[in-house]
Amino acid sequence: MTYDDATLAQLTADAQQILARYPQPRSGLLPVLHLVQSVDGFVSPDGIGFAAQLFGLSAAEVSAVATFYTQYKRRPNGDYQVGVCTNTLCAIMGGDRIWDELSEHVGVGNGETTADGAITLERIECNAACDYAPVMMVNWEFFDNQTPESAKQVVDDLRLGKDVAPSRGPNKVCSFKQTERLLAGFEDGLANEDQGVGGPTLAGLDAAKAAGWEASKS
Amino acid sequence: MTQLTPVLSAIWDQEQSWTIETYTKTGGYGPLNKALKMAPTDIVQAVKDSGLRGRGGAGFPTGMKWGFLPPDDGLPRYLVVNADESEPGTCKDIPTMLVNPHVLIEGAIITSFAIGCNHAFMYVRGEVAHVYRRLLQAVREAYAAGHLGQNIHGTGYNLDITVHAGAGAYICGEETALLDSLEGLRGQPRLKPPFPAVAGLYARPTVVNNVESIASVPAIVDKGVGWFTGMGTEKSKGMGLFSLSGHVNKPGQYEAPLGITLRELLEYAGGMREGHELKFWTPGGSSTPIFTAEHLDTPLDYESVGAAGSMLGTRALQLFDDTTCVVRAVMRWAEFYKHESCGKCTPCREGTYWLTLILKRLEHGEGTMADIQQLVDTCDSILGRAFCALGDGATSSVTSSVALFREEYEAHVTGAGCPFDHAASALFPYTNEAVNA
Repeated sequence: MTYDDATLAQLTADAQQILARYPQPRSGLLPVLHLVQSVDGFVSPDGIGFAAQLFGLSAAEVSAVATFYTQYKRRPNGDYQVGVCTNTLCAIMGGDRIWDELSEHVGVGNGETTADGAITLERIECNAACDYAPVMMVNWEFFDNQTPESAKQVVDDLRLGKDVAPSRGPNKVCSFKQTERLLAGFEDGLANEDQGVGGPTLAGLDAAKAAGWEASKS
Repeated sequence: MTQLTPVLSAIWDQEQSWTIETYTKTGGYGPLNKALKMAPTDIVQAVKDSGLRGRGGAGFPTGMKWGFLPPDDGLPRYLVVNADESEPGTCKDIPTMLVNPHVLIEGAIITSFAIGCNHAFMYVRGEVAHVYRRLLQAVREAYAAGHLGQNIHGTGYNLDITVHAGAGAYICGEETALLDSLEGLRGQPRLKPPFPAVAGLYARPTVVNNVESIASVPAIVDKGVGWFTGMGTEKSKGMGLFSLSGHVNKPGQYEAPLGITLRELLEYAGGMREGHELKFWTPGGSSTPIFTAEHLDTPLDYESVGAAGSMLGTRALQLFDDTTCVVRAVMRWAEFYKHESCGKCTPCREGTYWLTLILKRLEHGEGTMADIQQLVDTCDSILGRAFCALGDGATSSVTSSVALFREEYEAHVTGAGCPFDHAASALFPYTNEAVNA
């Protein structure tokens, strides 16, 4: 391992906090891999070594788990993971065209990162926001109702270092590493930031209220 | 006309609806107080009597699942909430947790108390950062308010909740794969039996329930079995979130009694896109056989949808109009199942690979008439022969679309490619010129 002492000490302390959440330590492996990504920007050889030592596993056993899950990256990831949903519903509503134009605009393909390390593009599967199709995710924040133009604008702004707000989420998109720290189970204080609930989420409630309906009280 | 019945969604338009202040102000955690004064077996009985069936797709009676736990042996037993919502078209649990995480936490506490669990887990898919933030905060708030931790509400009952983020794998929505993943392994399904009720998390008795099932528990405890059974049909009780997406004017979440029809839901959702008609739709996500306009009046309950040849599933109603190529739609679903197949069993791993290859060549005008039969034959080799339901789900849209739209498949062969203008299906205007032309 090539972590310096301070990094290793912090990783170890964080990992102990993760393990304390579970009756059996091995359950902490997925969050620890998120933690590794928050430091290295991918599941690095160092990170695999760290996890192997922590859990008393071989590097091969840790790698076997890491390679099963799409959120764990085997190469250094861009600061912003930009995912265009190309599952059926989003693809047909325009996601295919968004992907084509965005990929051409950015100049990289699926799973590839721009030379400046800013953007990694990915064709993603359904992200449970079909009522906002076509959907794009940036570091796992929702960008709803996208068009090729809006998607390109988001990526251009990110590359210029501008703050970019998702459609539903915090006031600005965090970096890939910051998001990975959150996914390791460490709160970032942004839970109360909000861009509004979103029309489709309220569509049924609005329709019910307009008709004067509510579920009976008892 | 079936009226909408907002229960879970009733407070979604409140200011800061996700905070414990808002939730408590609107009556939240009152049901917990009531539940903690009940005998745990009475809570289990009430949920059995309510007829609540699993809202994650399978529709298994929730109370019966709880009742399968063996008698208390003094050792741990677990509740695991399946919040891995990933079935294409399904988008109900994510907004529920984003906008009102406390209803899920309250449901999880009541359920844990009922089944004698002192440590519950919420397995959330990892690709929804803000949902995870809100859940972590909500759990912290619930501890601070004394709803979690030691000696809850002075009853002597203890409960911890751990919110766990997954890392991208549809298969982890399968309950035994989820348990393996939660144990820090590759998320592959386990052989059943033993079922999780007997040997689940850490080989201990475990209940795995969907978010919406657990979130429905506080209202049942609060308002009673009669209230819940007053909604829905004879065997499909209560309300549920119906998620409309696609070529519909007002897509979104519509909470209604089970048994409502798509015709009724479409009326509330402003109808199909102007100038177009419904061509096909999924009643419960991409793993359920597709329907057409013939099924607009099919009651959306477990029995009626099943009798009509599909499944209620997750009530994920993906609506496609007459501009949509069914072969293209099914091809993309097939690619999804190929991507998400865990590789454990041969029928699913190899079958989804071949379905994808065949559908791609049909869509791109390189298929033959024999390919259409090969699709059906390949599905026969998967259905009922795969290790878990993922393989079966992969065949649903293929088999049903060939049955309903065989001429369209044939047109892809005789006309040398897709006869549809894909731009006409998009929700924004563009011309079909190649991007880099």
